[in-house]
This record gives sequence, C-alpha cells and structure tokens, in this order.
Amino acid sequence: MILTDLILILMAGALLSWIVGKWSPVGARIISLLALAVDLILTLTLLNVPVPSGTQWIVNWKAEWIPALGISLHLATDGISVLLLLLTFFIGIISVVISWKEIQKKVGFFHFNLLMALAGVTGVFLSLDLFLFYFFWELMLIPMYFMIGIWGSGEKTKAVYKFFIFTQIGSFLMLVSILTLYFIHGSQTGVYTFDVIQLTGTKAAASTMFLIMSGFLAAFFVKLPIVPLHNWLPDTYTAAPTAGTLLLAALLSKTAAYGLIRFIFPLFPAAAHAFAPAGMILGIVAIFYGAKLAYAQTDLKRLIAYSSISHMGFILLGVFAFNQIAYQGVVIQMLAHGITIAALFILAAVLSQRLQTRDLNQMGGLWEKAPMMGGIGLAFAMASLGLPGLGNFIAEFFILLGTFQAHTVMAVIAVFGLLASAIYTLRMLQRIFFGKLKTELRFKDLTVRDGFVFASLLILIVWMGVYPRSFLNISAPAVKKTLSVHQDQMSETAYNSVTTFSFSNQIFETKNLR
Amino acid sequence: MQTIIALIPAFPLLGFFILAFFGKKMSKTVSGTIGAGSIGIAMLLAFWAGYQYLHNLSDVKSYSAVAWHWISSGNLNVDISFRLDALSLIFTLVITFVGFLIHVYSNEYMADDVDFNRFFTYMNLFVTSMLLLVLADNYLLMYLGWEGVGLCSYLLIGFWYKDPANGYAGRKAFIYTRTGDVALMLGIIILFVHFGTLNIQSVAHLAGGKWAIGSSIAVITAFLLFVGAISKSAQMPMQPWLIDAMAGPTPVSALLHSSTMVTAGVYLIARNHALFALAPSIMTLVAIVGAVTLVVSGFSGLAHHDIKKILAYSTVSQIGYMFLALGVGAWSAAIFHFMVQAFFKALLFLGAGALILAMNQEHNIFKMGGLRKKMPVVFYTYVAGAASLSAVPLITAGFYSKDAIIWYSYASPTGSFWLWILAIVGALLTTLYSFRMVFITFYGKMNTEPVYKPKNLIKVPLIILAFLSIFGGLVDFPDTLAHFHPFTSFMNHTLPVFTPDKSAHLEGWFELISAAVVLVGIYLSYVFFVQKRDAAEAFTETKLNKFFENGWGFDTVYDVLIVKPVEWFSKIDQRDFLDYINVGIARVSLRFSRLLSVTQNGKLRWYLMSLTVGIVLILTYMIYK
Repeated sequence: MILTDLILILMAGALLSWIVGKWSPVGARIISLLALAVDLILTLTLLNVPVPSGTQWIVNWKAEWIPALGISLHLATDGISVLLLLLTFFIGIISVVISWKEIQKKVGFFHFNLLMALAGVTGVFLSLDLFLFYFFWELMLIPMYFMIGIWGSGEKTKAVYKFFIFTQIGSFLMLVSILTLYFIHGSQTGVYTFDVIQLTGTKAAASTMFLIMSGFLAAFFVKLPIVPLHNWLPDTYTAAPTAGTLLLAALLSKTAAYGLIRFIFPLFPAAAHAFAPAGMILGIVAIFYGAKLAYAQTDLKRLIAYSSISHMGFILLGVFAFNQIAYQGVVIQMLAHGITIAALFILAAVLSQRLQTRDLNQMGGLWEKAPMMGGIGLAFAMASLGLPGLGNFIAEFFILLGTFQAHTVMAVIAVFGLLASAIYTLRMLQRIFFGKLKTELRFKDLTVRDGFVFASLLILIVWMGVYPRSFLNISAPAVKKTLSVHQDQMSETAYNSVTTFSFSNQIFETKNLR
Repeated sequence: MQTIIALIPAFPLLGFFILAFFGKKMSKTVSGTIGAGSIGIAMLLAFWAGYQYLHNLSDVKSYSAVAWHWISSGNLNVDISFRLDALSLIFTLVITFVGFLIHVYSNEYMADDVDFNRFFTYMNLFVTSMLLLVLADNYLLMYLGWEGVGLCSYLLIGFWYKDPANGYAGRKAFIYTRTGDVALMLGIIILFVHFGTLNIQSVAHLAGGKWAIGSSIAVITAFLLFVGAISKSAQMPMQPWLIDAMAGPTPVSALLHSSTMVTAGVYLIARNHALFALAPSIMTLVAIVGAVTLVVSGFSGLAHHDIKKILAYSTVSQIGYMFLALGVGAWSAAIFHFMVQAFFKALLFLGAGALILAMNQEHNIFKMGGLRKKMPVVFYTYVAGAASLSAVPLITAGFYSKDAIIWYSYASPTGSFWLWILAIVGALLTTLYSFRMVFITFYGKMNTEPVYKPKNLIKVPLIILAFLSIFGGLVDFPDTLAHFHPFTSFMNHTLPVFTPDKSAHLEGWFELISAAVVLVGIYLSYVFFVQKRDAAEAFTETKLNKFFENGWGFDTVYDVLIVKPVEWFSKIDQRDFLDYINVGIARVSLRFSRLLSVTQNGKLRWYLMSLTVGIVLILTYMIYK
C-alpha cells in the first residue's frame, strides 16, 4: 500500500542510516537521500491517479489496528495533503544536502532523527484516525528534541525545554479533546471509534463542542504559532541546527495549518464558525506583531523566525475565511512560505558559517564580495514581501481576496501587512548586503552545492508565481469538497449565531457555480 | 499582431535573464549591447505594432493577446494577457523609444562603473515591468508591473549601494510607493468582489451599469486607485521619496522621470477613466492635488541648488499638470503632456548627466557656470529642453501640450478660475527655475573647468530628444491657431472625448496671458540669475529658501509622526514583552519548588509538627463551617 510505504520507507531509512552511520557517515547521508527521493517519486506518481468522483481522496486506505478500541490505520491523501507531502520530501532532501558539511558528529543518529521527524510529518499529513494522528503528532516531537539538544547551538538547553513544554501542553490538551470526542460519540452511537470520517457529524451541546475544539486549537496554535503562544519559536529556531530549523519552519508549522483545515472544520463546523472572527483577529495580531518584532531584531535567524510568525498569520486569516479562494491561498501559502523560509534560513546559515556571527550589526556590504548570494537573498526577500511573479504573492492575494469576501474589515487591516513585510525585509537586505563592507574575513560566494539548492528553491517559487495553475488544479477538488462538507454540516446544525457566516459563504458558492 | 504585442515586453525580459544569469562573464561591450539591443528590438516591434494599428484603425480599435492562463480558482480567472489600444500604444512607444535612447546613452555614461552589467540587468527589468504595466489587460498583471517598477526603482536608486544614504533613498522610494500599492491592492480586491472579473475593460463596462455616479462604493474605489496613483507619481502628500531618488545614477533618473515609474499614476487614472467618471468628487480631488502639487514643488525647484533635484521637482510639478488635466477630464491633454514631458525631461536629465560627468560628480549649479562655450551640444540641447519645459510659445512642444492643460483647467465643465490661477503661477515658477538652471550653469564666469567631453553615444540621444522637444508638439494645435488635432482624435479611440464649455473666443486671451507669463519669466530670470547672480546665490542661504529647498518640511513631519514612533516602539519591545510572561511563570514555579523543597528537610519533628497543625486546621474548618 503506497501510503504506508511512504512512512515505512522513511522509518526503515532512519534505522538503516543510524546503523550504517556507525561505519560510514556518507553512507547514512546517501541512504537518507535515497529514502526521501523514493518517497518523492512515489508521491509524484500519485498526481496521475484520477480522483474518484464524489470524493476528495486520491487514495483512501483503512485497516484495523486495535479493533477493540476502535483504532484503525486509516490513511488517505487528497489534493491538499499530496502537495504538502511533496513539500515534505523536497525540504527533506534539501535538509540532508545542507547538513552534508554542517553535521559532523553522530551523523548516523542525526539522520535517524531527521527521517523519523519526517516520518512523523508524513503520518500527520496522511492520518484520518485521531489516535494515529496523535501518535504521529508526538512522533515529530521527540526527534526534534534530540536534533536541537545534540546538534543545536547557543542556549539550546533552554530552547529545547521551552519548545518541549509549550508543545507538550498543547498536545496534552488535544489528547483530552480527542478522548472526550471519542467517548461522546461512543455513548451516543454505541460505536467507539477514532476514525475522523465516522466522528464527523458528532453532535453535542454547543459549549461542549467549543471546549473540545479548544483542545485541538491549543495544539495547532502552539505549533503554528499564534501570538501570544509564539515565544518558544524564536529561541528554538535560533538554537536548532539548520536542518532542524528547516523542518520546524517549513514543515512542522504546516502540520498545524493542515490540522486546522482537516480536523477543526469537519469536526466542529458550528464552533469553528463561531470562533472565526476571533481566529481572524489572532491572524492579524500575528501578522503585525511578528512583523514588528522582525523589524527590531539584530540576530538574522531571529529576524527570519519572527517574519515566519507574521506569514503564518496570513494562513490563520485564510483558514477562518471559509471560502475556496482563501483556502487555495492557504495551500499556496503553505508551499510558498515553506520554500521561502527554507531559502532564507539556509542563507542565514551560509552567512553565519562564513562570518562566524549572525549579528546584523557586523554584516554589511557583502554584495561586493558575494553578488550571487546577494541576488539569491534579494530574490527570496522579494518573495517574502510578496512581490508579484513569485509564489507568495499569489498566496497572499488569494487569502486577502477570500478574507475580504468573508469579513471585509479584517482584509482591509491585513492588507497593510504587505507594507509591514516590506519594511523589515528591506532593512534586512540593507544590513546584510548593502552599505559599507564590515568584515575583514575572506568571504567566498556560494559554493556549487549551495547554488543547486538555491536554484531548485528559486525555480519552484517562480513557478508558483507565474504558473500557479499547476498547484491550484491539484488542490481545487479537495478544497471544494472540504468546504462542501462544512456546508452540509452547517445546514444540519441549526446554530443561530453563525448563520451570517454560512450565508455569505453560500452566496460565494453560487457565484462559483455561475 | 498578437505575437508582436506579447513580444514587446518579452525582449527586455529576455535581456534581463541573459544579463542576470550570464552577465558576469561578459565584457562590457557585450552586456551593454544586449541591454540596449533588447530595448531596441522592443522599440522596433512597438513601431511595427503602431504602424499596423494605424493601418487597420478603421476596423479594429484594440487588440488582445493571451500569453498563458495565469490563475484559475472558482470564478477567479486571470491570464497573462495584453491589450493594445491608443492609450497603451502611446505609452509603449514612448517607453521603448525614450528607454532605448537612455540605454544607448548609459553605455557611455556608465562605462567606467564596475557594476556595468548589474546596471543594465536592472534597467531591462525596469522597462519590462513598465511595459507589462501599460500593456496588461487585467488588474493583476498591471499590479505585477506596478510592483515591478517599484522594485526596480528601489534597486536602481540604491544602485551605488556602498553609501548607506543611497540605500535609505531606495528603501524610502519602495516603502512610499508600497503604501500606494496597498491601496491599489484593496481597490483591485473591491473591483473583483463587485464585478467578478479583473479584466479592465469588463470592469469599466460593468461599473457604468452597476454603480451610480457618486455612489460611496465608486468613490471609495476611485479613492484607493487615486492613492496608488499619487504614491507612484509622487504627488502631494506622497512626493518626498522622488527627491531622495536622485541618489541613483543619472540615466536612472532620466528613465524614472520621463517614461516609467512616475508616469504610472497618470496611466492608472487614464486607464480607469470610466471608474473615475463615477466619482466626481475624486476627480475634483485629482485636479486639486495636481494643481497644488505643481505650485508647491515649483517653489522647491526654484530654491534648490542641486541640478538633479531641481529637475526632480520639475517632474513632480509637470506630473501635477497631468493630474490637473486628468482631474478636469481632459484625458488626452494629460497623455499629450506625458509624451512631450518624456522627451524634454529625458533630455534635461541626460544633459544634466553630461554636465555632472564634466564637473566630476558636482551637482551644485552654483559651482558650475560659463559652460556654454565649452560644451556647445549640451548647452543648445539643454536650452531646447528648458524652453520646452517652460512652454515657450509656438516654437516648443511644451507649449502645445501645457497650454492646452492651462486653458482646460478653466474651460472644462469641472474646471475653475482658481485651478487656472494655480496653473498660471506654476507656469511662471517653471520658467523661473528652468532658466535659473540654464543661466547659472551655462552663463557667468566659469567656476570649474570641465574634465570630460561628451562622446557620440551621449550627443546623439541628446540631439534626437532636443529635436522632439521642439517639434514633438506639432501633432496637436490649439483651436486659436489651427483646427488640427490628430493626437486628440487618435487618443479618442480609447479615451472619452473632452469638450470645454467656456466660449472659444476666451481661449485666445487666456493663451496670450500664459504666453506672456512665460516671456516675463524668462526676462525675470535673466535679470535675477545673470545680472544679479551673486544676489541669487546669497538668497539660497536664507531661511525661506531653505524651507522650500527642504521640500516644505514634509520629511520632518513624517519623521516625527510615523517613523520615530515606530522605531521607538520596536526598540523598547525588541525582546518581546510577551516573553516575560513565560519567564515569569518559570521564575514563579522555581520559587515555589524551592519553597516546597524547604519543607522536605528530613527532620522527623518538622514533619510531625506540620502534620499536627494540618489536622488541627482541617478539624477547625470542619467544625465551624
């Protein structure tokens, strides 16, 4: 079965590279690359599989695991998760490549952790069983803990504690919610199951549903993260080795966004609609507070970390807009942000490796020494501030357009995020590449390997900017189906306070039909 | 025809890619030839397209070309597609033609620069973006070009990046214009939500039916587009960035001020004339902003000593005339002035560039002087440019385009006597600062010996542009001289017909007044700046002059109101006060754990004691509750 294979290949690769790594570090690297490449190719073949009519799932596979408790191995992928899988394996490959020189101690164990974390991410994107989902959700965490704790730098112990405590509290609350939902559904129907499809449509008092949803939100909001649950992020991103930062910023934050789309709305349609205005406000707060903090930083990695919070704010905004354009924007934003943030963090790593510092005050004028690096930095800075022609613009435009239709005022405020990102991004460029040259060190421009990494990221981000249809067409059926499930759920649950929202959505849907 | 239209922006884009990816290994000759050549090919294609357009004008008024389908999601369908009509044709011709001359000139001007290749890379991208902006047939592609010119001007203004001041000027330009972009983006979103399409023609068509004249939604949308336009076109109160933008190399200024970037706002309003027609109050606002800007920046131009900044203020002022024309509904007059301004403003900047090279990077006009004998070609062409800028009657192109606007500012149904007064005052100021520039630079005694003699690559573009600055206006005459309006009738294939409602016999008198104002202006500047040159120089030290020179203190106001508070807030909160909550929780838990660990001291009597106290307390509570 292809979906289990995706996870098993990674886990097998993880074990194998740990073992082989004892004798040959290069062997561990190559095994990791191979495992990820095989997964990438397998996922690409999924794109050619026709989606059966009347469903959003490209592949939907279920086997019993612990039938007595209603736990099953229910894995499925649709247009949204298949794109995220591609991102996962692609970023995985990039992570292995950029660790080639950076990671020199315990190489085998490093790649074990890397691949296990990626297996966790893959599992999260595929699970349709809440128990399984929770299992993979936790599986991502432990290898990350080791990666930061062993190969990190700076105040890594403090960072890793902070990361662990924040995410564990979130996960714990989610577990409570999962179990509550499980028992409510069981007591109502007599069927005790963790299967999301079966749990969809579970009814309980509005306040109960709201509380259950809050548990899920806690886990997702910590990992996304939202302001004010973001304080683990800058410390953790900064302390992690580059590959770890890539995983955290490009992938783990996306698992939270994915969770919002996949679980919150199908399971708690009414509660989610009631929460929507608050969710949008949180998104706006993240956009501006993240941008403001990014503007103030002098540590390059911290700056990029805060910019990431700002961009995740757009995702939150779009997620709560409940319409096709906003959702497709969210999907593109997940991909585009994953690529852009990876490129920026790699750039930060390349710079700090050459300069032995991440302090912006000690950079400056580097364009003269490294024009290629400057060009790459410029291109991704422009992607990050949403320049048209690059993927992030499409995403932000879609999200703003969708949000405007759902909640005009929120969109009007959020659009100023485009200005805020310009201000801190240009400051970053100025401090690194322009002005007077400050370093006395010999400074090499990009190596060939860096060049290939950046070129592949650049091609993708331009592709998403000038021909986003390749990606939009893949996600469209899944997005439509997800939203129509909301519609059905909403019409079943007569929930007075949210009728305005569903009303505006229906208007939008009829527009689509036309 | 479709292929030709799509190829016009494609060639500069190709030039950009070649220079960006392979330019490092090229010699300057090769990258300079590619840089100028790509624009040259685009120019030839544009002329060919123009010929075809005129040839078939009786049958076809506009052509569309789809390159590829860009976006589709739900009812949002946007293509990379172009539209050629009279308006975009004029802009395309001016952009490619003037752009080509500037590229040729740059081959000589930038010859000694180490970053020669980077310069042409940016310049090609700049022209590409501007062409996309004017040729786009939907708002999103237009927005792409719109942001693209913003990016390129940022890069080119900060081109000499080693000086942090240049970087600051570049960022200032980007952030000012980005503010307008935000407004434009909102406007685009509103248009899509209301009309379900981003096609400019469809929106214009639907808006007339769906939105009532003066309805609040029409006014809001037009206002948002207007904010986008004034930020790009450096109109009040968004003008300060353009003055700092002089930090870039002079050919950049020539390109920025003549055919690209600052004229984008004019294009935006002209392109959306149907929307603006639905918002008469915004039209009035456009006219007032234009009229006030042209006077305010005229004073600043008169006060400045830096030759490039005088020209920068003159651009702000001339764009003000275009806004005035747009505001009173004289659409084609605005476009006419755009075209003529492109000729003489490119000419003046390129001439100023030659002077700056000769003066070894000196910008202060008072350090120059007496240069007319040493640099005759630059002198004669510069006078031609200045005369055209001042609108010297009958013999310059500027007269034909600007006097039309001055007359329409009164004669239009929405015009007024006050707008006309401002326009006339602006005309006087224009003449004064233009000829101040000429007299101070080229007359008087020579202060600095020129260290450079312009070569042909510099002279030929100057001569061509001088020719056009003089004769380029003969495509449209005032009614008092002749009923000859090929330009207006050509523009009317795309833009609405404009008819003044004031009686025609007044026109002659009004034109005599403005002609007289120009001649008086030249005489006055001769008196002040040739005969009393020292007094004029002394005047630059006065407080009043400094006030005008510093752009009426706009920078200071923005600094105090916006920049300083933002910096202050981000500085005090650099460590993120929300993190203190976590640190606080951690500290409190640590304190508690220490406190509790004190109780765990292994002494038996301590445990017995606390056990007893505890039992007593619980019992007391249970008894008395």
